[in-house]
Amino acid sequence: MTAALLLLRRELALSWNGGGGPLLACGFLLSLAVIVPLGAGPRLDQLAHLAPGLVWLALSLASLLTLERLFERDFEDGTLDLLALGSLADEVVVGVKVLSHWLAIGLPLALMTLPVGISLGLAPGQLPLLALTAGLGALAFSFTGGLGAALAIGARKGGLLIAVIVLPLFLPPVIFGAGALVAQAEGRSPAPALALLIACTLVAAVIGVLAGAAGLRGSRT
Amino acid sequence: MDIESRSQDRAGSMIAVSLKDLAVRRGDRTLFEGLTLSVGPGEAVVLTGANGAGKSSLLRVVAGLLPSLSGEVRFERGGQPLDPAEARARHLHLLGHQDGFRSGRTAADELAFQVGWCSGTAEAMEGAVRRLGLAALLPLEVRRLSAGQRRRLALARLLAAPRPIWLLDEPLSPLDARWRAEVGQIMEAHLEGGGLVLAAVHDPLPLPARTCPVGEAA
Amino acid sequence: MRVTRPLVGPLWAIAAMLLAVGSVWAFRVPEDALQGDTVRILFIHVPAASLGLAVYASLGISCLFYLIFRHSLADAAARAAVLPGAAFTGLALVTGALWGQPMWGTWWVWDARLTSMLVLFLLYIAYAVLRGAFDDEGRAARAASVLGLVGLINLPIVKFSVDWWNTLHQPASLLRAGGTSLDPAYLWPLLLMMTAWLVLFLAVWLTTIHTEIVRRRVLALRARKAREDRHV
Repeated sequence: MTAALLLLRRELALSWNGGGGPLLACGFLLSLAVIVPLGAGPRLDQLAHLAPGLVWLALSLASLLTLERLFERDFEDGTLDLLALGSLADEVVVGVKVLSHWLAIGLPLALMTLPVGISLGLAPGQLPLLALTAGLGALAFSFTGGLGAALAIGARKGGLLIAVIVLPLFLPPVIFGAGALVAQAEGRSPAPALALLIACTLVAAVIGVLAGAAGLRGSRT
Repeated sequence: MDIESRSQDRAGSMIAVSLKDLAVRRGDRTLFEGLTLSVGPGEAVVLTGANGAGKSSLLRVVAGLLPSLSGEVRFERGGQPLDPAEARARHLHLLGHQDGFRSGRTAADELAFQVGWCSGTAEAMEGAVRRLGLAALLPLEVRRLSAGQRRRLALARLLAAPRPIWLLDEPLSPLDARWRAEVGQIMEAHLEGGGLVLAAVHDPLPLPARTCPVGEAA
Repeated sequence: MRVTRPLVGPLWAIAAMLLAVGSVWAFRVPEDALQGDTVRILFIHVPAASLGLAVYASLGISCLFYLIFRHSLADAAARAAVLPGAAFTGLALVTGALWGQPMWGTWWVWDARLTSMLVLFLLYIAYAVLRGAFDDEGRAARAASVLGLVGLINLPIVKFSVDWWNTLHQPASLLRAGGTSLDPAYLWPLLLMMTAWLVLFLAVWLTTIHTEIVRRRVLALRARKAREDRHV
C-alpha cells in the first residue's frame, strides 16, 4: 500500500525534524535515570535490586511524554481531515502512526534503557533480555498510548489526560517486562514472562488500533 | 431548491450529490434543519448565510467529517447509488479553512505528500504547479508563504489529483484579484469536465452558480 | 424510565431494611478466634470490593450499548455508575487497609487483591476524567464509552498480570476474605450484606439515571424555548 508507506515516511520525517523527537524522549529518560540515585543514594548494590522496575518506570513515562503530539498537531492543522478523505481505513492510519511512533521514539528509548540499566546496577548479562523486552514493551506502550491519544484529541489538559487514561493499561507490559528481568536475575527462565509480554503486545496492538480508530472517528466535529 | 441533473465526470461515469432533509447540530445548537439540495455534475452551488450559520459544517457533513443530526447525504454514479465511504475516499476533495501543511516543511514535500495521498501523479502535480504559479515557491518552507500562496498550494492538490466533487470553504478569500479570476477559470474548466462545485462563500464566485441559503432563515 | 420509576422508592426502602438487618446481624455474630472484632470489617470490605467490580462491569456494558445503539440512556447509565462504583472501590481500599493494620502492623500491603482494587479505582478515575474533558457532550460520551469498554476488556488481563506478579514476588502477607474457608456463621450475614449493598447500588443508580434524563429534558426544553422566543 503506497499510501501507507507515504504516510509512514512523512511521520518519520516529521518526528526527526520537528524538535528532534527521539532526542527529547531519550533526554527525558536519562534525566529520570539521574534523579533516581540522587534521590535514593548512589550504592549500586542497592539500586540493582530495583533496577528492572526503575528502568521500566522510566520507559513508560518517557513514552507517555511523547504521546500528546501523536494526533494533536494533525487535528489542529487539518491533516486529520485530509487523512480521512484518503483511501486508507482509519484503523490503518492509526496503525501507521503508532508504528512510526515506535520506530522514531520507542526503539531509540528501548536502546537507551541499556546504558540506563547499567547505570542503575543491572548486570551486563541481562542487557540482551532488557533490549528485547524494552523493544516489545515500547511497542505495547505505543499502541496503548495511541489509543489514549486518539480518544483525547481536542480535549483540555491533553497530556495529563492521556497519562491518566493510559497508565492502568500500561501495567501488564510493565509487570511482565520487569518480571522477565527479575526471573532471569534470580536464575529462573524468563521465557514465561517473555511469552506473556508478547501476548500483551499483540492484545495492545489489536485493541489499540480498533479503539484508536474509534477515537479518530469520534473526533470529527 | 430541488433541481436534479446528470452529466459525466472524467472517468466517464456520472457523479451527483444530493442532500435530503439534512439537520446539523454543533454542541447544543441546531444549526439548520430540513435542508434539501441536489448538485449534479457540471453544476456549481454557492452556500450563503451569516457567520456561524453552518456553511462550513454543511461541507464537513457532506465530506463525512461531521455526523448529521438527521437526514442523509447521498452520492450517485450514473443513476446508481454510490457507497458514501467510497465516494468520500476517492471522488471528493474538501478544501477547508485549514490546509494541513506543516509549517517547518518545504512546500514541495508537503504538496508531494498531499498529491500522493490522493493518488495524484507526478506529471499532474507539475501541471498544477505551472497552472498555479507555484514553481518559485516549492523550495521554500511553508511558513514563509503568504496566505494567498498557501491557498494556491492547497488548490494544487485539486488539480493534481482529479476528483469530481469539490467542496470549497471560502476558496478565494486570501487571493488577490488576478488569482481570483484564474481560480475561477480553473473551476469553470472543472465544471466543463463534469465535476461539481459546492462552495461556501461571502463574496460571489467569478462564475455562474446557484445559491443555497444556509441557516435558520432558510 | 416509565418502567423503572415505580421501582425506585421500594428499592430505597428495601435497601435501608436490608442494611439495618445486616448490620445488626454483623455485630451479633461471634468474633473470630484469631482476628477478634476486626473481622467484622469483612462485612463491608467484601461487598464493597465485589460491588466495585460488578459496577464497573455494568459501566462497561452500558458503554458497549452506547457504542452499538448510540442511545443516550446507555451513556447516562454509564455516567451514573461512576460515583457509586468508585465509592465502593475506595471503601474497599480503605477497609482493606483498616483490616490489615491491626493484623500485620502495616497500613497498606501490595498484594494481588488490594493492588487490583487500586487499578480498578484508577479505571474509574480515567473514565470520569475523559468524560468530563470535552465541552461537546456527544464527543465526551463517545470517547468515554470506548475507554469504558477498553477498560472492561483489559480488567481480566490486568487482574491476571497482578496475580502473576504476586506469585513472582511472594509478598509476606496475603489478605484473604476471612481465610480459605468461611464459617457458615459468617456466610449468611455476608450474603445478606452483599444483597443489601447491591440493592442500595441499584437504588442509587436508578435515581441518578432518572435525574440525568430529567436534566437533559429540561435542557432540551430550554433550548427549544430560546429558539422559539427568538422567532417571535
